[in-house]
Amino acid sequence: MRGTLSDRTGAALLMAPLLLFLILAYAWPFLGVVKWSFTLPTPGLGQYGALATDPLVQSVFVRTLRIALIVTLVSVTAAYAITVVWVRGSPAQRVLAEFCILVPFWISVLTRAFGWVALLSNRGLINTWLQSVGFISEPLTLVRNEFGVIVGMTHFLIPFAVFPLASAMRSLDERVLLAARGLGSSRMRTFWTVFVPMTRSGIIGSAIIVFVFSLGFFVTPAILGGGRSVMIAELIYLRIFQSPDWGLGAAISVVLVLFVGALMALLFRYVKPKQLV
Amino acid sequence: MPTYRPGPVSLILAVLVALFLLLPLLAVIPVSLTPSRMLAMPSGELSLRHYRSLYEDPRWIDAILLSIRIGVVSSAISTVLALCFSLGVWMFQPRFTAALVGFVLLPMVVPPVVSAITLYFLLTSISGASSFFGYDTWLGVAMAHSVMTVPFATVLILVSLSQLDRRIDLAARGLGASVWERATRIIMPNIKFGIVTAALLSFVLSWEEIGVTLFITSVNAITLPRLMWMGLRDNIDPAIAALSVILIIITVLVLAVRSVVTRRAAP
Repeated sequence: MRGTLSDRTGAALLMAPLLLFLILAYAWPFLGVVKWSFTLPTPGLGQYGALATDPLVQSVFVRTLRIALIVTLVSVTAAYAITVVWVRGSPAQRVLAEFCILVPFWISVLTRAFGWVALLSNRGLINTWLQSVGFISEPLTLVRNEFGVIVGMTHFLIPFAVFPLASAMRSLDERVLLAARGLGSSRMRTFWTVFVPMTRSGIIGSAIIVFVFSLGFFVTPAILGGGRSVMIAELIYLRIFQSPDWGLGAAISVVLVLFVGALMALLFRYVKPKQLV
Repeated sequence: MPTYRPGPVSLILAVLVALFLLLPLLAVIPVSLTPSRMLAMPSGELSLRHYRSLYEDPRWIDAILLSIRIGVVSSAISTVLALCFSLGVWMFQPRFTAALVGFVLLPMVVPPVVSAITLYFLLTSISGASSFFGYDTWLGVAMAHSVMTVPFATVLILVSLSQLDRRIDLAARGLGASVWERATRIIMPNIKFGIVTAALLSFVLSWEEIGVTLFITSVNAITLPRLMWMGLRDNIDPAIAALSVILIIITVLVLAVRSVVTRRAAP
C-alpha cells in the first residue's frame, strides 16, 4: 500500500540502524571507559588526583602541548605557502601543487613515518650522505627524539591544514587584490595587509584542526619518538598494555576528550563548518 | 582580465614545502632496493629480495588478505548504514537533524586514541561471551573499523544528496511513488557516484587503519598495517620499504586516473 508510511516512521526506520549501531558500539563503551576512570583500581577520584600530581603524567602533558604548538605553527605556515600556489597559481602550477598535497594525503601514516625513518635514522639517507661527503664523522641523532616527532607530524598534518586555507583563499574576492596592486601597493604589502587578513577564518580553522589532531596523535610520535618522547596518546597506550593501569589510561582519555571538545566549541564560534572543506 | 598570481617568493616557498612533502616518499625507494637485511642505503649493488619476500613470506600474504577481507566487510557495513541514515535525513528532514548528524560524526572528531580505548572496552566486553567476535578477532576489527569509517561515509553521501534537486523527488512523490521507490529508483541512481566514493573511502580508511587496530588486536587478527607496525617497532625490516614503494605507486596511479576521469566528467 502506498502512502501509509508516515514521515516520522519512515525517518525512524531509516535512521535507527546507524544510530543504534553507534549507541551500542561507541556511546555505551565510551561510558564504560568513563566508568573505568572512576572505579579502577579503587572507586573514587584517585585517578584524577594522580593526573594532577604525577610528575610523569604532567611532563607528558607539557611535552604534548609544546609539540602540538610547534607543529601547528610550522604546518599552518608551510600549508599557507603551498596553498597560495594551489589556489592562485597558473594552471600548471596548480596541478603540480595538487599532486604534492594529495599524494602524501592519501598515503598511510605508517608509510610516511617509515619514510622519515629511512631519511633520518643513523644509517638513513641524510646521515649516509653527510658522512660520505665528509661533513660529519658521527651520525646525527635526527630520530627517536622530539625533532623527529615534530618533523613527522608536520609532514602528516600539512595536507589537513591546506583544506581550510584553500577554502578561505578561493572565496575571497580577487578584485580587492587587483585594486590594491592597481593603487600602487607592492606585492609584499598586498599580501600582508590584504590577502592574509582576508583569509583569517581559514587560518584559525586550519590551526585549530592541526592542533586538535596533534594532541591525540599516536602513530608518528610512537615510531619517530622511539619511546623517548612520549605524547598523551602513547601514554594512554602504555597505561593500558604495558603497565596495566586502566583507570589512569581512562582518566587521561576523559581529560583529552573534554579538552578537545572545548577546542572544537571554540572552532565553531569562529568558523562555520562549511568553510572547513 | 588580469589575475592575481603568486610572486617569486611565494613560488620558492611553495617549492620548498613540496619537496618536504615528497622527500620521505622518495626516500623509501633506495631503501627498498638494499641487499642488506637491515635498514640501510644500498652501497653498490641493488637487490629485489625485499620485494620477493612480500609474496614469498606467508605473513605478508596473510596480512594482505585479512586486510582486504576486513576492508570489504567494514566498508559494506558503514556504506549501508550511512546510506540509510542519510536518506532518512534528506527525505524526511526530521527534527534534531543537526544533533543526530553531530552524534554520527563523533568518531571522526574524537581523538583516535580515545576511540581506540573505547572500542577496546567494547571488544573485551564482548569477548567474554563469544570467542569468534570480540577482542583480537577479524569480525571485531571489521566492526570497529565500521565505527571509525561510518562518519566519513555519511559526510560524503550527505554532501552528494545536498547537490540533488529536491523537485525530482517531489515529482516522484506527487506521481504516487512509495518511499521505497523514491529511495531506490529516484534518489539512489542520482547519488551513485557519492555512494561508490563512500564505499571506496571506507575501504581505504580500513585498509590503512592502525591507531584503533593496535588496541584491539594482539596475535590473531594481524592486519597489514599491524604487521608493518610490528616490523617498524622492533628492528626495521626493509620489506616494509618494498611494500611502501608499492603502496605509493598504487596511490599515484589511482590519483592520476581519478584526475583524468574528473577532468573528462567536468570539462
